[in-house]
Amino acid sequence: MAEKNSKYLSYMREERLPHIFCPGCSNGSVMSAFLEAMEKAEMDFDNIAMVSGIGCSSRIPGYIKCDSLHTTHGRALTFATGLKIANKGLDVVVFSGDGDAASIGGNHLIHAARRNLDLTVICINNNIYGMTGGQVSPTSPKGIVATTAPYGNYDTPFNLAEVVAAAGASYSARWTITEMENLVLSIKAALKTPGFSFVEVVSLCPTYFGRKNKLRTPTAMAAVMRANTVFKSAADRMSEKELKDKIVVGEFANKHRDELSDVLEKFSVENSGDKTVVNSAYETEF
Amino acid sequence: MAEEFFIQGNEACAKGAIAAGCRFFAGYPITPSTEIAETLAKDLPKVGGSFVQMEDEIASMGAIIGASWGGTKAMTATSGPGLSLMQENIGYAFMTETPLVIVDVQRGSPSTAQPTMGAQGDMMQARWGSHGDYEPIALSPSSVEEFFYFTIKAFNLAEEYRVPVFLMTDETMGHMREKMHIDESKINIVPRKRPELTDDYLPYKYVEDGTTPMPAFGDGFNIHVTGLTHDERGYPDTNDPDAHDRLVQRLCNKVLNNRDKISSVFSQFCDDADTIIISYGSPTRAVIEAVLKIRKEGKKVGYIKIDTPWPFPEKQILELTEGAKHVIVVEMNLGQMYYEVDRLLKLQTRVHFMGKIGGLLPTPDEIISGIKRAEGE
Amino acid sequence: MRTEIRICGFGGQGIILAGIILGKAASLFDGNEAVQTQSYGPEARGGASKCEVVIDNKLIEYPKVQSLDVLVAMSNEALIKYIVDLKDNGTLIVDPGTTDVEDVRDFIEEHNIEVYEAPATKTAMEDIGLKIVANIVMVGVITKITKIISKEAVIKAVEDSVPKGTEKKNIQALEAGFDLVE
Repeated sequence: MAEKNSKYLSYMREERLPHIFCPGCSNGSVMSAFLEAMEKAEMDFDNIAMVSGIGCSSRIPGYIKCDSLHTTHGRALTFATGLKIANKGLDVVVFSGDGDAASIGGNHLIHAARRNLDLTVICINNNIYGMTGGQVSPTSPKGIVATTAPYGNYDTPFNLAEVVAAAGASYSARWTITEMENLVLSIKAALKTPGFSFVEVVSLCPTYFGRKNKLRTPTAMAAVMRANTVFKSAADRMSEKELKDKIVVGEFANKHRDELSDVLEKFSVENSGDKTVVNSAYETEF
Repeated sequence: MAEEFFIQGNEACAKGAIAAGCRFFAGYPITPSTEIAETLAKDLPKVGGSFVQMEDEIASMGAIIGASWGGTKAMTATSGPGLSLMQENIGYAFMTETPLVIVDVQRGSPSTAQPTMGAQGDMMQARWGSHGDYEPIALSPSSVEEFFYFTIKAFNLAEEYRVPVFLMTDETMGHMREKMHIDESKINIVPRKRPELTDDYLPYKYVEDGTTPMPAFGDGFNIHVTGLTHDERGYPDTNDPDAHDRLVQRLCNKVLNNRDKISSVFSQFCDDADTIIISYGSPTRAVIEAVLKIRKEGKKVGYIKIDTPWPFPEKQILELTEGAKHVIVVEMNLGQMYYEVDRLLKLQTRVHFMGKIGGLLPTPDEIISGIKRAEGE
Repeated sequence: MRTEIRICGFGGQGIILAGIILGKAASLFDGNEAVQTQSYGPEARGGASKCEVVIDNKLIEYPKVQSLDVLVAMSNEALIKYIVDLKDNGTLIVDPGTTDVEDVRDFIEEHNIEVYEAPATKTAMEDIGLKIVANIVMVGVITKITKIISKEAVIKAVEDSVPKGTEKKNIQALEAGFDLVE
């Protein structure tokens, strides 16, 4: 295991290790999947800028050697929007979690998808607030136990990949942490898609989700997850009753749409005769 | 080249931003600030800049911080309710030393109150609105022409000290039109300083004057920017009391140690004055008229116009009011900068308050009555 | 000398543009000083609209009306509401098509107000064929009566302020305003 991971060590801020993640946490696997997808997509690692909000998954950019902006809770997409528009050449990747992206940042999520700015968003959905100690989240399945849902979660969860697709994103997909190959290919597709690209990774939080919900080990959690996973193509033929408690994986959007920074560049070319300026803060004359 | 315009304060602000090198604006429509966004939506693409209307003010503030780290001078404009929404990210900008400009065209408050009326009720929101200790810089223009030049000054101070800078104006100034004379030779631009990329580069290095040069994302520095308490590398270090103390003290001191350089006032007739009126922003227009009028009656009255409410110009105000028996603070709220003046002067002078809310400028006659009342007490 | 003018009516009549033109004419084209302020409610159309212009040959500190010299009313509601601010011997200009001076007759007599009736809306509709230029007709009237700004300056200010392509109609409206009063 250690040897397998070490091939990505050169992409990481080694001086920051060890990381803060719990044993059995999926964040490390998602990080590996991301780095593998970066290689597969032949992305220039020097050109990556990462943005995140607050939560366990939002700590990932801090461990990767790149320019990284660790922002306020829920607002990562707004910072990423300014960064990408002001410096169009950067490949901007956002790491987020379910609380960050779907709850406090829910409005920013749908508007970022609507604008279709070229951002790649990886949302690690562990269905719980991990960093604050196991509170219910907007993707927590109905009935689960959390510290703020001691009698069972009474809310209906968001279907994030579908919400983002409906809001207009060019690319939206969902995979689980037990579908690593598909996940890597999907992140690769997201990186290559011009426009808003969203990959939801349904993941494991053994510390705060598993322990509270009679899933005592990470492997037990993964087994249940795998057993409940249904591909979208199959799910499309299943009834609502059959889909109860199932995790539908696959692509929910994959289409071409006008991308915001291209549109803004076009406005600049039409009105100033030139592309949008980059790094102009360092200029002395205007 | 010199040019003359007859334009609104809000339009002058937009023109000032472009002259200062602002090439990114993110905002959300709110009366009475909207003309700033509208003007920049039209004019930014003409100079290779970008305008984006965000989903709310929280997003607007996030976007300009992101744009600033992208290497672009960035601004947003709002009014009181929007400024309230921006506060968390404003704190982030202080903690991460992100240069940017926030324009607050104040209106009647609290809550939604009076969208189309002037007020100065956000002065303490600019000072203390976000959580924690920090030292803001705020400028208050009192003419359309000043609004133009102060916008440029705001960008320059933001770059020089790597802080968010507030332009605290109000509906009166935002919507008022008057002659603006722009002399390009008077425009001075402070560019962002780019650090050198060396092996031992530290993005948050502890330097003597407190402000380190700032790289842009994509420059190859691989920097980490976080709102958590961080060390000189920018990495989180949240449990070391000394690390937090060192960082926050440096962030405050880089402004406080330069307070006398940053802050400025304009004054007249203070040398012989028994009574001195202190104001800032639009009400200053009434104060000056009142002072000119009452001096004709032989009364020794002077005035101080505060151009930078934050950092509060303590030294200048102490010196100018030294011989005065009465100081009257005129502002469009129920007492905000008054308490700051009172804190500073109460041991040496009687400080009176003359506040007005409701949306209208105080009139020169009201101020003259206020002077007579204070002196008669 | 400081002169204070208030133009009032309802939203959509171009009250504020009329004030901008006066201010621009005085400050940019006559070389004097001018400050224009406005007040408006939440209605974009139909609500009360008020615009003030202060013109002086020296720097203007206080930007609002203190002692109103000229009131221009283009709606009856505004006429009744704002006449009370007009100073003794002040000038009142009304559009008889949209106001009724009889409603303020007592004030006029008591304060010795000089009254001018200028049918700006009717002139705009009948002479120019565009009701929308009534405000520009009124600018012509104000220029002629008050003599605070020059004819040359106001022509330049109109050309500088109206949408491109509409200059000719607007100058016609302005000229019609000049001719409307003696």
